Amino acid sequence: MAQQTLVGAITSTLDQALERDPEVILLGEDIGTNGGVFRATEGLMAKHGEDRVVSTPLDESGIMGTAIGLAIAGMKAIPEIQFEGFLGPAYDQLVNHGGRMRTRTRGAVTVPMTVRVPVGGGIHAPELHSDSPEAIYTHSPGIKVVMPCTPYDAKGLLNSAIKDPDPVMFFEPKRVYRTFKEEVPEEYYEIPIGEAKTVLDGDDLTVVTWGAPVFQCLEAIDNLPEDVSVELIDLRSIYPFDMDTIAESVQRTGRCVIVHEAPLTCGLGAEIAARIMEECFLHLEAPVQRVTGFDTIMPYYKLENEYLPEAPRIVKGIKECLAY
Amino acid sequence: MPHHTVYEAKIEHLQILDEDGKLDKKLAKDTLSDDQVVYLYEQMRVCRELDEIAFKLQRSGRMGTYPQNKGQEANAVGSALAMVKGNDWVVPSYRENAALFMHGMPMHYVIQYWMGDERGSKFPEGVNITPLSVPIGTHMLHATGIAWAFKQRKEADRAVITYFGDGATSEGDFHNAMNFASVMQVPCVFYCQNNSWAISLPREQQMNSATVAQKALAYDMPTIQVDGNDIFAVYKATQDARKRAIEGGGPSFIEGVTYRLADHTTADDARRYRDEEELHAWLDKDPLIRTRKYMESVGVWDDKKQEDLENRAKTIVKEVVDAAISVPAPESSEFFDDMYAELPEDLKVQRDTMRTSSIGRNPSQIGLNAQAAEIQ
Repeated sequence: MAQQTLVGAITSTLDQALERDPEVILLGEDIGTNGGVFRATEGLMAKHGEDRVVSTPLDESGIMGTAIGLAIAGMKAIPEIQFEGFLGPAYDQLVNHGGRMRTRTRGAVTVPMTVRVPVGGGIHAPELHSDSPEAIYTHSPGIKVVMPCTPYDAKGLLNSAIKDPDPVMFFEPKRVYRTFKEEVPEEYYEIPIGEAKTVLDGDDLTVVTWGAPVFQCLEAIDNLPEDVSVELIDLRSIYPFDMDTIAESVQRTGRCVIVHEAPLTCGLGAEIAARIMEECFLHLEAPVQRVTGFDTIMPYYKLENEYLPEAPRIVKGIKECLAY
Repeated sequence: MPHHTVYEAKIEHLQILDEDGKLDKKLAKDTLSDDQVVYLYEQMRVCRELDEIAFKLQRSGRMGTYPQNKGQEANAVGSALAMVKGNDWVVPSYRENAALFMHGMPMHYVIQYWMGDERGSKFPEGVNITPLSVPIGTHMLHATGIAWAFKQRKEADRAVITYFGDGATSEGDFHNAMNFASVMQVPCVFYCQNNSWAISLPREQQMNSATVAQKALAYDMPTIQVDGNDIFAVYKATQDARKRAIEGGGPSFIEGVTYRLADHTTADDARRYRDEEELHAWLDKDPLIRTRKYMESVGVWDDKKQEDLENRAKTIVKEVVDAAISVPAPESSEFFDDMYAELPEDLKVQRDTMRTSSIGRNPSQIGLNAQAAEIQ
């Protein structure tokens, strides 16, 4: 056991994957000597060689497209895209090739790759370094999407993603890369993709979230009156997502607030709210509430906290839902 | 003749002012006057001062991530002077501050921008500049498009310059921009600031090409490699390219060989991957040093003028920083109001309530006004 940060857990999990499986290859901008701009691959090139931890040319389409090729050839490709804002040039490769290869060939050609991408706001980063694009890739069939927010979950989900026979977007909430450490077992373990985690048990209302907002939700729940009992679900996996856990909870509490950083319209909250309507209709005591980013461009950092679903806005959303 | 050569090409390198400040007079003919040299030197020196202060602002927590321009200023000033302010367009990357200032961008905008405020990109009327391009190597297509419009509208005296780094030439969009510009024969100047490093990746690992300039050969575009720390060579190459552009000769490519004397940004630490000796060798090639040597050698500069300039640079930059800091903080409505020419109703509600939750956006829907007021 070792105390690790989220980014530290990712580094050691990648290290073990490289150690365990000679077919694992890491590729991305600045991931070699520099250890990645967030140091997620620190020391890995020195240990495993520059042919396995590859600093590539500055070309996201190239990174994604060649990762697909490496995966088709049977390797376990783990490309890194430096920031979510740079996924644009890689979109065509990922969505129009990566996500479609298996079904187009009816399983003859497959793409077992894990795409690591730091996401989200809250670190005073430049423009296009703070977005939350998970819904875009959730809406793209053939791609799995996960977003762990704790070191323990990061290791377990990264292992599952690497083992997974299909493309997995592994989104890393950069805001919590180094905010805290927790015990992460040394040995190999997996957390199944598609399994949510109930962070807090409660009876009055269910909060569903994922990524960095898990911590804003904890702060918000801390600020509620003592007698309010809130259940907090960290989705962890975004596609497929764990509707059973959500439905069981909401059928019990009758009220739900969904929190995410991405814009409101067509965010994943919309899909979850629709499913709740379908599966929990007769149990609902209030309309499902969404506390999310606005339908605007994620503002540059002076206003990012106005945009993000910070604790005070979540508190209001919960109180209003309870008051209904 | 079944087997024969169908294409041959070469890449020329141009240097007019060497690193000791010695000028090749023959090549320098019809380039920069001494007055222009002094002007460009002043621009570079003020830009350098701004860079140093921006670095300090970041280190003291008053500014976010900032990419220094240090060492590359000659590329910006030499090329910017060859383009026509308020007439041509500048489509920058993010290491051309001096070019932006010379084309009319108020200096405090750059500080305001990197302090996390998009209003630093709200260029005044008549300033023909696109905002800094954050996704690397994707903006050159816009330059091609703007130049295409000039050609389409027969605005024959107008051209565009776009800047990008060596790393940017690995992106697909770079090649798309070059191909379109070449096929459409638009009046565009592609200026690559080859500063040897794309964050931690050295140019030799970025591409397996001997020069960046040769990439233009694939598009049959006139191309040249210049000493990017030599204002004369930069000016001459850009002047030639612009002339060709407005005379209907199509796009041109310039590779300015330069060096990033600072880290990639303030979030970077180049000591992790870059040899100190390499950096030191380039410190001697600093464009400011050689330009000053030249000016002194022709008697248009001395220590007194240098001292005056340094004091002036400090004053200018202090005023610039004060101006940036004294801009009132943005209201949250800022990030809504310019989303569309006319804001959709739904977005107006989000702006006015600063809420996305349906009850919060419309408490009256359930007659909860009283409780809602309490909740606020």
